Amino acid sequence: MATKNTTQKKMDRRDFIKGSSLILSSMFLPFSIEILNPGEAPAAPAGGNGEITTFWNSCNVNCGSRCALRVHVQDGKIIQIETDNTGDDTYGLHQLRACPRGRSMRQRIYAEERIPYPLKRVGKRGEGKFERISWEQAYTELGQRLKKTIDEYGNEAVYLNYGTGALGSTMGKSWPPDATPVARLMNLAGGYLNHYSDYSTIQITIGMPYLYGGSWVDGNSLSDMENSKLAVFFGNNPSETRMSGCKCKTLQHARFTNNTRVIVVDPRYTDTIVSSGDEWIPILPGTDTALCAALAYVMITEDLVDISFIRRYTMGFDEESLPEGAEPGSSYKSYILGQGPDKTPKTPEWAAEITTIPVHRIQKLAREIALTKPCFICQGWGPQRTTNGENLSRAVGMLAVLTGNVGIAGGNTGAREASGQSLPMATFPTLENPVKTSVSCFNWFQAIEDHTWMTAETAGIKGRDRLIAPIKFIWNYASNCLTNQHGGINQMNPILQDEEKCETILVIDTTLTASARYADYLLPCCSNLEEHDWTADGDSNIAYVIFAEKCIEPLHESRGIYDICAGIAEQIGLKEEFTEGRTQYQWMEHLYDQSKKAVPDLPPTLEDAFKQGIYKKYFPENHIAYKAFRDDPEANPLDTASGKIEIYAPELAEYAKTWKLDKGQRITALPEHIDDPEGAQSPMQKKYPLQMVTYHYKQRTHSTYGNCSWLQEVSPQELWINPLDARARGIKHTQRVKVFNDRGVTYVEAKVTPRIIPGVVGLPEGAWHKPNKKGEDMNGCPNVLTRLQPTALAKGNPHHSTLIQVEKA
Amino acid sequence: MIKNPAFYVNSELCTGCKCCVIACKDKHDLLDGVMWRRVIEYSGGEWLVTGNVFEQNVFAYYISISCNHCENPLCVKGCPTKAMQKDENGIVWVDQNRCVGCHYCEWNCPYGAPQYNEELGRMSKCDFCRDNLAKDEPPACVAACPSRALDFGGYEELQKKYGKHATIAPLPRPEMTTPHLIVEPNRHSKPQGSMAGTRGQLVSNPEEI
Repeated sequence: MATKNTTQKKMDRRDFIKGSSLILSSMFLPFSIEILNPGEAPAAPAGGNGEITTFWNSCNVNCGSRCALRVHVQDGKIIQIETDNTGDDTYGLHQLRACPRGRSMRQRIYAEERIPYPLKRVGKRGEGKFERISWEQAYTELGQRLKKTIDEYGNEAVYLNYGTGALGSTMGKSWPPDATPVARLMNLAGGYLNHYSDYSTIQITIGMPYLYGGSWVDGNSLSDMENSKLAVFFGNNPSETRMSGCKCKTLQHARFTNNTRVIVVDPRYTDTIVSSGDEWIPILPGTDTALCAALAYVMITEDLVDISFIRRYTMGFDEESLPEGAEPGSSYKSYILGQGPDKTPKTPEWAAEITTIPVHRIQKLAREIALTKPCFICQGWGPQRTTNGENLSRAVGMLAVLTGNVGIAGGNTGAREASGQSLPMATFPTLENPVKTSVSCFNWFQAIEDHTWMTAETAGIKGRDRLIAPIKFIWNYASNCLTNQHGGINQMNPILQDEEKCETILVIDTTLTASARYADYLLPCCSNLEEHDWTADGDSNIAYVIFAEKCIEPLHESRGIYDICAGIAEQIGLKEEFTEGRTQYQWMEHLYDQSKKAVPDLPPTLEDAFKQGIYKKYFPENHIAYKAFRDDPEANPLDTASGKIEIYAPELAEYAKTWKLDKGQRITALPEHIDDPEGAQSPMQKKYPLQMVTYHYKQRTHSTYGNCSWLQEVSPQELWINPLDARARGIKHTQRVKVFNDRGVTYVEAKVTPRIIPGVVGLPEGAWHKPNKKGEDMNGCPNVLTRLQPTALAKGNPHHSTLIQVEKA
Repeated sequence: MIKNPAFYVNSELCTGCKCCVIACKDKHDLLDGVMWRRVIEYSGGEWLVTGNVFEQNVFAYYISISCNHCENPLCVKGCPTKAMQKDENGIVWVDQNRCVGCHYCEWNCPYGAPQYNEELGRMSKCDFCRDNLAKDEPPACVAACPSRALDFGGYEELQKKYGKHATIAPLPRPEMTTPHLIVEPNRHSKPQGSMAGTRGQLVSNPEEI
């Protein structure tokens, strides 16, 4: 295969026409791709009269916000992108200002890495050789393959992979999987294997409800922090993970209205500390469980717990309140005081050695949290992305429980802040999946290799006792989670390359991602700036809809996901059922009419809405999670077996006995600290002495925008390393370093900064995997270093349980 | 049109996202490597390690900064071709017909505001989005800021609105040029001249600017 080395200059595609084949390569591309029969390039947009037209649209990526864009178009080409400039920016109806990512959309739209036309693999899978095919051929062959897979293996062999490249919109939507046009098509075709939870939150999603019940633990709205006397953020970093102008304004409102004091517990001195924090308490990743236990120790021994709250609203705190059947000594208090099976009192001295936080600071923090009421205790989603993340999420929750901060203004549950207000806009009907089986969003790859061992007790399979089919067909729409964003990239490679195992990998995307390398069929999807849609979202005190008008014609030969699914539906005899006779625009009009019934203030017609651009609504009340339960727990019990907060989780005690876990893994009824086999104080540190966190970076949203030079320039991919660790290795600021462990190697520049705790490095997730000939990544992609072993309970991705070594490159 | 326009930067609110830089680059179609507005990081502090337990006094903050359209612009003073000048409203700009791209302005400016445009062979710089001001619209950077950390206005009105503030590190001494710039300190800020940063009195993120 012809390859082209990377250069630092942008390249012109035409440079690579050799004979009849076309080789696409660029400084960003994860692999070079050879197209055997490129033919004529798709026509560029026709010229115009030079007039500039402005359209409203939005940025629909997976950052936790959706922002408004004003897209200026001249002669069919985008020339500039601005943001919301409406109103006077008063809080509650404030401007939905886009962050630097949204403002860089022009570079993403016109990137060289856009997929130009439908492609079909001709070489070995993963080799990067494709031929150009027509849409008709793609539809026909994909329809045949889908039918064949269903006939031979059943519908449970067809998997919809997690993907959040198109998020928040109504038609051009890749997440949640069951709300996508792909799901509608598959549901009509008999169903598909689904997945539960997501790479961002799986340990907290699965773990924390054992404390509060339900399927997702609620939090107070961030705005309610204005009523708090103290806020303690465990790894919550809204200034970097919620960068939009909408959410920034909320954080400022929350932090500065009454000057709430903010303490941030984090391995990094984050931009949240810069902009909102009063104090940083550095901690080693994965040890928050030990800190929380020691805080509880101080509160219990100094008589600072809210015992009347605990008596009325919880069970399992002490031996008297344990449920029937629980072993003696298995209460929370026994665990904390060292009267349980481990006989270890969770003293501040014990925790100091594990967390690195001085004893005096632990004692003081316990007293501050217990005595400063109300206190907003919350956690981000970084801390739970470790091997013991399920317990960690509950351990932080316990601080809110012990201090009676649940269900009151200015308090919180220990979960992340509530996701925000929303408007009841109609959504695209995707029908019901006849298949109920699901794997975790992370362990699906095991069902490619060998599904036969995967049961509820061995692999967390839900909806069925065991998997009944291997994964043979993958829909990978707007997703870079086959490899880049999955983890264990080098270990995933052979699994995906094996054409005998998964027989069809269909990648539908705007852009040639690292995951696109494994496509059998690679279909170009248009971006959201190239089709009509709308996006509904909200925050603490605001809900809004951005009406996104098509700004330019779909680039090259790209098409919208609705049309692509309709094309495949036709081949399997489902076109009429899929479309119900409507075009995408007709669906939008239909859904708009329905939405108007629920939100009567909307503009009269969809066309009017596109002209108006944004509809906003102010919600003056702050959200208080579990307020009804707090006000009257007998009338409004929680969704747990006891109706109370279950400090001791009986179901987990059962799983601890019945589930078959990997060696060294544990499930515990209490939110115990468990030493991370690949974390702080692990014996593995002899070989790989540094922990690695893969935090969210302002250059990208996950891997989206990773090919925009403006963003790379202002926020280059860097490895954060403490001066003490750098000095020991002779590493200087901006020097290139090699980061490695047994799973892989990556090269990146060092940012030598005291803003990260010694013993830990930070390498932002999402950098595009770009292997050299030796298979070493050249682009600072952390997922060549992370592991594939799912966690005990959630079967989730423990990306922050990663040990590495660093040396000068 | 505003006279003597000035920028206000609230370092307390700035998250270092660099949206101001991107909005500027997009509006003015700046080449890679040219940033009329830049976000500087100033951070430092030390770690005390006792066994497995750490103490530290780390600090960090950001300042977004472009041309300050100074009262006494050294770039204008040092321009050998008189290309660099202050217009009738107080905006410092480069006359592209006179500029020879000699870089003197860049070297003379204590903020390094003027920057070389390789394609044109001329210097280039922030013109305060004069076209926006003429339409009574804010400059691109101010309108973009997700943190609402930026503001603009006539220097005197802006001083009245926000009051006077001590200069913070790593900005140069204001006496050099009398910049039309008001910086509200961050709660973690160090005074002008501080050597506490990772690179002494220099910015901590040279690779990003």
